[in-house]
Amino acid sequence: MMQKNAESQLLYAENVTKIFHIRNGLSSIKFHAVDDVSFTMSTDRPEIFSIAGESGSGKTTLARMLLGMEKSSSGVLTYKGRDLNRLSKQDKRRWFYKEVQPVFQDPFAAFNPLNRIDRYLYETVKNFQMTSKSEMDRYVDHVLQEVGLSLAEIKGRYPNELSGGQAQRVAVARALITRPSLIVADEPVSMLDASLRMSVVNMFRRLKEQQGVSIIYITHDLATAFYSADRIAVMLRGWIVEMGPVENVLGRPLHPYTRNLKESIPRADPDKKWPRTSGLAVTDIDEYRLTSCRFVSRCPYAMDICRQQIPGVHQVDGRAVKCFLYDPKVVGEENAARHAAGLLPTPSKVQ
Amino acid sequence: MGNLVEVENLRAYYITQAYGVKRTVRAVDGISMTIREGEIYGIAGESGCGKSTLLRVLMAAHKPPLTVVEGTVKYVFGEMVVNALEMSEQEISDLRWKEISYVPQGSMHVLNPVRRIQDQFHDFISAHRQVSKRESREMTRKYLTELGLPESVLTAYPHQLSGGMRQRVTIALATILWPRLIFVDEPTTALDVVVQRGVIQLLKDVQEREGSTIVLITHDLGVHANLAERIAVLYAGQIVEEADARTILKTPRHPYTHYLIHSLPDLDERVERESIPGRPPALDNPPSGCRFHPRCPLAIEKCKNLEPQMVYLNSNHRVACHLVTEEIGLVHDAEKR
Repeated sequence: MMQKNAESQLLYAENVTKIFHIRNGLSSIKFHAVDDVSFTMSTDRPEIFSIAGESGSGKTTLARMLLGMEKSSSGVLTYKGRDLNRLSKQDKRRWFYKEVQPVFQDPFAAFNPLNRIDRYLYETVKNFQMTSKSEMDRYVDHVLQEVGLSLAEIKGRYPNELSGGQAQRVAVARALITRPSLIVADEPVSMLDASLRMSVVNMFRRLKEQQGVSIIYITHDLATAFYSADRIAVMLRGWIVEMGPVENVLGRPLHPYTRNLKESIPRADPDKKWPRTSGLAVTDIDEYRLTSCRFVSRCPYAMDICRQQIPGVHQVDGRAVKCFLYDPKVVGEENAARHAAGLLPTPSKVQ
Repeated sequence: MGNLVEVENLRAYYITQAYGVKRTVRAVDGISMTIREGEIYGIAGESGCGKSTLLRVLMAAHKPPLTVVEGTVKYVFGEMVVNALEMSEQEISDLRWKEISYVPQGSMHVLNPVRRIQDQFHDFISAHRQVSKRESREMTRKYLTELGLPESVLTAYPHQLSGGMRQRVTIALATILWPRLIFVDEPTTALDVVVQRGVIQLLKDVQEREGSTIVLITHDLGVHANLAERIAVLYAGQIVEEADARTILKTPRHPYTHYLIHSLPDLDERVERESIPGRPPALDNPPSGCRFHPRCPLAIEKCKNLEPQMVYLNSNHRVACHLVTEEIGLVHDAEKR
């Protein structure tokens, strides 16, 4: 049953977990960088799926697993029905790397500053034998047009001669050369100025609509995620704490962590300044090792049970949320419904 | 409140000579401004518009190839007026950290990885004051508690702290000697929003507690909106508009400021946003006339060859744009001739 389900999906993740071992003298600590993550992406219609969360929430580890650069410790992770842990080297090179392409955070670190930037495009065409030699210029120009550039604009130029936004678009053009079905973009705009960010996310939207490419957009910038994504998963310390359509999750966030994230976005409007409370983690690693809710030390609504048990996932108001506030068995049917309607209890003071 | 920093017609160029080819990058080109005592003054603009260079000159920390070719920077410390660009090395280092402090870009990486936080604070304090280890520890503990940082960070090594906590420790380090003037360069780039908010709040706390003056540089207008009292918008090494934060964000007059604000995505409505076309000009050969004219959708003929003058719309709001000048009916000096 599950296998059949997995086959019809572009990407299928069930209880995916990645454990790192940290050595500490003779003992070692288990560290769940990605913990029990499940989601699917459909082949039927392309979408922009955003994975958001603060630094150290496991976003990049998840991305590395999706790109086949890291094996999951447990759980099922399949791409078009094939288990990523079991792909042979040959399958990866001939098939998987064509299908799934990465775009990384720093466009200037992705290109060697001493090489002309068009070289990367030609090399990718050659490596994957995408077209004949005579057609190469036309093909490269074609993919560059898709990201709003042209071969004439960038031919013979070095990375330092391009702006950050342009270099990032060339990185996306390079990813497009193999005609992928999925692009995994890990923090593609965090190095860019706010004004250049829009040129990149606008391009993602165009690619989805015109080329039918699905995009996993990993970011901590909720504003661009809200602007461009169809669905969003909010990650916290390895968990997905809230997942659903972006209008629901960011429009009316339910998990206290998502609420905190949304409130923290600085708005360029003097009438929408921050309220003056915010908790901050002292160290990253402690929260990962909690055997209770991992947001408990920063949560203004923390209850006793939050300090003792791991919350379950509940379907509330068109999204999945991992929080006791929405668990009818813990807070009662009536309260759970009140919370889902946005009426949360009075916040207690955050330590 | 009086002025704390007075800058007049400042020009600072990177002058390099390689293989006999002289290259001049005009990173700061004719900036005049005053920073008032006790305020948070924001400097905004895209990358490559000269923000960090300006800051370096304001701190008198410029070194060749960066050369000040014209203009003055004055600090007004009560009765004492110091000309920042004419001080000796010794005079500058006497002022630094005690009167003038600096939180650099990516400052969470400046902590020494092999020393505990409290020892780093001691190194720092003892360089400027005669203190015993016990006194400096007591002082550090007290200051961190006042700022709401947990005491446990004192005995921690930097790698044991989260990125946001490290950033806040560096801000505490930069402000523990109660400087009058703090320069902060992109304090929040590459930090996520929750941490960013913590850092900004801390800066605000420091400023309110000590009445310090903060000069804040960032491209993020959201950060400016939350912190700055006045904002100057920089483009290609020049100030194009300066006003109080509300005016800049709500009713900007320069097309560039307008673009900067309206290219940001909105969280209340998912409407289409366009980025600013083109890119900031290379500063070794800036465009003629108004430097924004190649990217400006409203550019008129005059903009191509005539440099706009700074006009004051009121005592707080000044802007350099031909359209504004035309609208309020001022005639450009050069046209009269």
